[in-house]
Formats: sequence, structure tokens, C-alpha cells
Amino acid sequence: MPIEILMPALSPTMREGRLARWLKAEGDAVKSGDALAEIETDKATMELESIEDGILGRILVPAETDGVAVNTPLALLLVDGETLPDANAAPPSPQPAPPPAAAPAAPVAVSAALPAAPLATHRQTVREALRDAMAEEMRRDPDVFLLGEEVGQYQGAYKISQGLLDEFGPKRVVDTPITEMGFTGLACGAAFTGLKPIVEFMTFNFSLQAIDHILNSAAKTRYMSGGQLSCPIVFRGPNGAAARVGAQHSQDFSSWYAHCPGLKVVAPWSAADAKGLLKTAIRDPNPVVVLENELLYGQTFDVPDDPDFVIPFGQAEIVQSGRDITLVAWSRMVQVALDAAQTLKAEGIEAEVINLRSLRPLDIDTLVASVQKTNRILTVEEGWPVAGLAAEIAAQIVERAFDWLDAPPSRVCGADVPLPYAANLEHLALPQPDTVAAAARTLCNRTSEGGA
Amino acid sequence: MASKTRSPSPIPPPTPATPPPEELLRLYRSMLLIRRFEEKAGQLYGMGLINGFCHLYIGQEAVVAGMQAMAGPADSCITSYRDHAHMLACGLDPKGVMAELTGRSGGYSRGKGGSMHMFSREHRFYGGHGIVGAQVPLGIGLGFAHQYRNDGGVAHVYLGDGAVNQGQVYESFNMAALWKLPVVFVIENNLYAMGTASARHAAGDELCARGAAYGIPGERIDGMNVLSVRSAAARALAYARAGAGPFILEMMTYRYRGHSMSDPAKYRSKEEVSNMREHHDPIDRLRQILQDQGVIDEAGLKEIDRTIKASVAAAADFAQASPEPAASELWTDVLSEA
Ligand SMILES: Cc1ncc(C[n+]2csc(CCOP(=O)(O)OP(=O)(O)O)c2C)c(N)n1
Ligand SMILES: [Mg+2]
Repeated sequence: MPIEILMPALSPTMREGRLARWLKAEGDAVKSGDALAEIETDKATMELESIEDGILGRILVPAETDGVAVNTPLALLLVDGETLPDANAAPPSPQPAPPPAAAPAAPVAVSAALPAAPLATHRQTVREALRDAMAEEMRRDPDVFLLGEEVGQYQGAYKISQGLLDEFGPKRVVDTPITEMGFTGLACGAAFTGLKPIVEFMTFNFSLQAIDHILNSAAKTRYMSGGQLSCPIVFRGPNGAAARVGAQHSQDFSSWYAHCPGLKVVAPWSAADAKGLLKTAIRDPNPVVVLENELLYGQTFDVPDDPDFVIPFGQAEIVQSGRDITLVAWSRMVQVALDAAQTLKAEGIEAEVINLRSLRPLDIDTLVASVQKTNRILTVEEGWPVAGLAAEIAAQIVERAFDWLDAPPSRVCGADVPLPYAANLEHLALPQPDTVAAAARTLCNRTSEGGA
Repeated sequence: MASKTRSPSPIPPPTPATPPPEELLRLYRSMLLIRRFEEKAGQLYGMGLINGFCHLYIGQEAVVAGMQAMAGPADSCITSYRDHAHMLACGLDPKGVMAELTGRSGGYSRGKGGSMHMFSREHRFYGGHGIVGAQVPLGIGLGFAHQYRNDGGVAHVYLGDGAVNQGQVYESFNMAALWKLPVVFVIENNLYAMGTASARHAAGDELCARGAAYGIPGERIDGMNVLSVRSAAARALAYARAGAGPFILEMMTYRYRGHSMSDPAKYRSKEEVSNMREHHDPIDRLRQILQDQGVIDEAGLKEIDRTIKASVAAAADFAQASPEPAASELWTDVLSEA
């Protein structure tokens, strides 16, 4: 039987790709490992390698086909002197790709922070917004520079720094060895002298190697020096669970960093958040931790055109207003909360969804005002529950808005375990729209749809 | 498997440059199993059955096969996320390794660890670590335990050329040398740390010299030649086993595939890769030796290939048939019963 060569999944998040071109023709002899075709994804161009020695029997998907779903047969490989079974059989047409998972429903952002006047905007991915924020600030201020692993020649492990090396050169876009403790210390030292480093952690999991400098050097030095030495530095990179990368690569550090005085901590959800918060972070004279999310990098949102668009810290955004319950979330969990709100709406529960954006300082006033309206609050946190940010929010709401509450402040958090690899367990370990909706329903005293 | 010995083993007699035929065949089978296993893992990844990160060892087979051929019965092993091959070479069942890659209950971590986090107490394989460099101090801890128990074992501690820049590596070198721990550091220098060529990340020429300040001997070895690896392993392991302290072997090697599955590998030329594949392939080189020395004929080689393919196919079938872990497993194994 000829071997079907299938459209491979080339990354944890890939669902479809473009078959750019064939590197072998029908009838060519190929060896195991030979490149057969070029596949393009949103991140990269990759070669499809032959898995056996044989002859490329028939090409089923022509070059320059877009949107070929993972696992679509691309060609038939003949091994051990086989011939094609039926030369007249119609080649299967490429399967259309399934719609991209969880396409954001482009909610209308009702912002607590922005002026009401509509801003001219353009569509952009979170990835591009982060890149533009860095590029604009580097143009604006020669003291700003970027360093980290693979940020230069490789264009970023997640392609965030694409094009920056070309524009700013190796002096300002610095590829480091894999020495997080070392380069973070170096960056803090440079920041003491007034330079403004942006430290990219390939993922925030690796910031644990450097957390001593983030806390002991960056966060505390201004205080310890009686205000003499500031540390104007940005620590950024993807935070939280990605997809199936296991416990050591899937941690949410929101509460870890939000715990520490001397730091500011933000967690963008949309591309506008990403751009506005990162620019503010770079301009801020303090150490700022910017917690991004890999699963959001490819998502598209409206971003204001204004090159001076910034989002002040400490201002949450009301993404959707409602009167029955307040759902608080940040980063990727905003989408989870919005999806839950949609389900609840069908049941007659109107949820107000708040995108926190800034974790330290925390915009408790916006949360209190919301609770005064809804009388119920549920926080959605990807990270672990114990001593988490949701716990902090609950405590502050009890302190500030106890008399307005009709139900205890509540939370849906990541399971209190290291994140498992298995697909089913990973799903169970993370907050999902249905678990959030169920918790909200309980708070609203409705046990099932349409009840009570 | 191995019975524990309580006293240090004597230094083995020097290994002859060319091992006997049955040992050559063992090395060949060991490398071929890794190659075929990794090719299959790549296929399953492409089919969406393996997810997340998956780092293949194709091209580097001679290193772990040659090292493991000289391992003593009490030796232990620890490495990075590029770990499938080490597990196979340590004698773990391909089925359990593949089922971990697919995240199923039949996997070595019952699906909870994934490709980068696999372990076997029974085979003294201590992982599978996702944090670059972290396995190095853990590895000297294994050496510390060998010394403490006086069990004659040596810890085989594998690290990449990129990992040698982590500070904890030097903290480890210092303690290992200071306390003469039985450890062999195996630096798998495949010339790249992700997309960064070693000349762009490491100062100085030779990584095997990185222990010089601590008095740790180091050698640079042709890691694409399993016989060179094997004799270097014999020297280094004998040194460590005799109580002389740690030893560094820098294995010059090459990975044919990208860093992980999603690496477009734009940082090196196609010619570079095809030159390594065509002229330095460790499996081709040993096959040539086997044929030149008349150890095995064409039919015999075919038979080996067939058997190995069958065992890898069986592993892949098992890894797909094995069920996902039960939902209740989410909450187990966080802590031991006190
Ligand atoms: C502390 C830490 N930083 C960064 C990473 C991301 N990362 C994973 S592998 C890798 C490259 C390692 O290269 P090398 O040590 O040469 O090993 P190889 O992959 O070549 O086997 C990087 C940067 C990580 N896993 N851990
Ligand atoms: Mg390397």
C-alpha cells in the first residue's frame, strides 16, 4: 500500500497550513529525511520530510494551496517497488480547515480608561502589537534596548521581535546565551545607570531562574537606596499555560509577581491592551512585569492608530456591562469569561465582564463600583487558588463592599496541581467557560437553565 | 535488572578499539531503535497524536548508545527534555515511552509528564527536565548519592552546548570536583542551542575545557562515531568509578531535525545538514564497519531493520490504544502519603 503523506502539525497550536511548493515532482525517488514540500504557518516556513525511502507517486494537493487542514493527505509515497493502485482515482480535494479555535467574538470594548470618542483603529494581532510597541518606543528613546534568548537573528522564539534586529542592530537587540540569572542581573545593573532594558523571557517559566534579580535587585533597590537608584526595566514574555507543554512550562505567575512591592505587573488580553500597556511599561521609571500569553499572540483585535496610545496602569476595562454578576479576569481568561457570559445571557443572567489589565496596582475602585451594581463577584484565575490574586480580590471586596454583596465573593481557578500533559487532564485543570458559567449560576442561585 | 553492588567496582580492563561482533551489533540495534522510534514520534506529532514540545534525537544516536554500552549496573542517568533516546538506551520499554508522548495512561508518567518529563526509578533514569541546565545540579546529586551509598555507580549527566552557559553548571562543577563525586558530564555539542550557533553563545573554543579551573579533566570526542564514544565512555567512567572525581566528555554531534517540531531551522544551511547526513551519519558508519568486517550480511541487516520497525510499530499502536488517564488522576500524585 502506498504511504499517505499527511499534512503535519508543526507546532502545538497549528490547525492548518499553506502548502507553498513541492520540492520533489511525481516520479522522483526520495530518501527518508528528504525535504518533499514547503509548508507555511503563521509563524514560519517549514519543510515536510519524507518518512520512508520510496518514489513520490502522486501529489494530491497542489502547490500554493491555502488552509490545508492538519492530517489531509498531501501525496502518496510508493515504497518497495509499488505502483499506484488506480491511476484514475480522483484525488481527494483538500479538506477545508476547521474554523480557528475560539475566534474572539470581537466584543465592543466599553473602556473605563479610554475617552468615549471613537478612535481610529486598525486590525492587528497581539504579536504585531507587541512588536510595534517596542519598535515605537525604541525609536522614541535611544536608551531602550531589548535582550533575551533568540530575540535577534531568530526573530524571537514566538516571533514577537520580528524585524527589530534589522531596524535597530545588534547593539540594541541583543541575543543572549541561555543564562537567565546572568542576563537579568546584567539588565538590572544597566538599568541602575539609567538605560531602559526590555528583558524578554522566552517564557515566564524561565524567569524562575532569574527571580532573585527581579525581586532582590529590580524591585527593592530604589527603596533600599533611599530613592537614589531606580530600575527602569521591563520583564516580558509569555506567561501561563500554552498547549500541552507540561508542568514545567505551564505556570501562571500573576500572583507571584503581584505579591511584590516595588514591581508593577500588567497582563494584556487584547492587541490594544498589549500595545498600550507595553508602551506604558517601557516609559515607566519602575520595574514592570508584562505577562503575555502565547495562545493570544495570533489573535486579532482593533488597535488605535495613534502612536501615542498608551494605557495607564491601574485602570481596568469593562469589556461588557451587565447587572447580575461581575466576572473579573485578565489575559486569556477574559475570553473564557466572555464565553461564559454568552452562555449565561441565554439563561437570562447578565454578566458584567471586567478585564483587569493591571494586576499591581489593582483597580479595586472599578471592581467595587461594579459590585455595587451586580452584588455578586466571581474571579477567573488561570493560576492556582491558594494565595492567588482571586483570593486578594475577594479580601478587598469584602473589606470595601461587604454590605453590597448578596453572595460570597467567589472564584474559579486552575486546579491545585502541577499542570498535567494528558489532553483530557489539561482541559480539566484549567478554567473553562462551562465551569465559569456553572460557578456564576450557583452564585446567582440558579441551579439550571431558566431555574429560580 | 541490575543487582546493586556495595563496593566500588574495580577499574575495567582497557576496552579494545574494536569491540567483538556481538557488541557491535548491540550498538547498531541500539542506535537504529532510537532512529526509528524518533521518526515514528515525528510522524505521530504530525498526525496530532503527540502535542506540545517534542525534541527529536535523530543524528545524535551514537552519543547515548556509546555511553550506555559502557554503563555499569548501578549507574544512573539524567538529561534534558531531549530524552526519548536516553530512556530507550537505558532499557526502558518503547511502548511506555511512546505512550507518554501521546499522553496516555500506559506512559511512564501515566500521561502526566509528557515528552520532556519522563522517569523510571527502576532503571535509575531520573528524567527528562524542561528547564535548561537544571539537570546538572540534580545529576551531581545522583553522584552524591552513589558516593554516599558506596554502590559503585556513576551518574551520567547529559547537557547541551547551550546549557553549559547556565551558572548552576559551574556551581555543580565546583562541588563535584571538590567532593570527587562519581559523575561523568556528557556535553552533547550539536552546535546549536535552539537557533543560536555555539560560536554566538559560548566564549572560548572547547566546552570540554570548561571544567579546567576546577581540575576536571575534559576530552572532545567525535560523537558521530559510536566506537569513539564507547572508548571515551570507558575511560571517563573508569576514572569516576575509581573515585578520582568527575570527568567531562564533549561529544561533537549534530541534530538533523529542528530544535523541536516547530523550528523552521533557518539558522543553518541545507548543505550543512545534508553533508552531516550523508558523510557522518553514525548509523551508516557503523553499518559500513559491520559489512567491511563481515559481521553481518545484507539479509541480516534487513532482518534487524524489520524487527526494530515492528517493535516501534507496536509501540505506536500501544500509544494510540492506551486510554487517556482517568479524570481522577488529575488530583493524584501531588504529595506522597506521609
Ligand atoms: C531555563 C530555560 N531557558 C530557556 C529554555 C528554552 N529552551 C529550551 S531548549 C533551549 C536550547 C537548549 O540548547 P542546548 O543546551 O544546546 O540543547 P539541545 O536542544 O541542542 O539539545 C532553550 C533556549 C528552557 N527550557 N529553560
Ligand atoms: Mg545544542
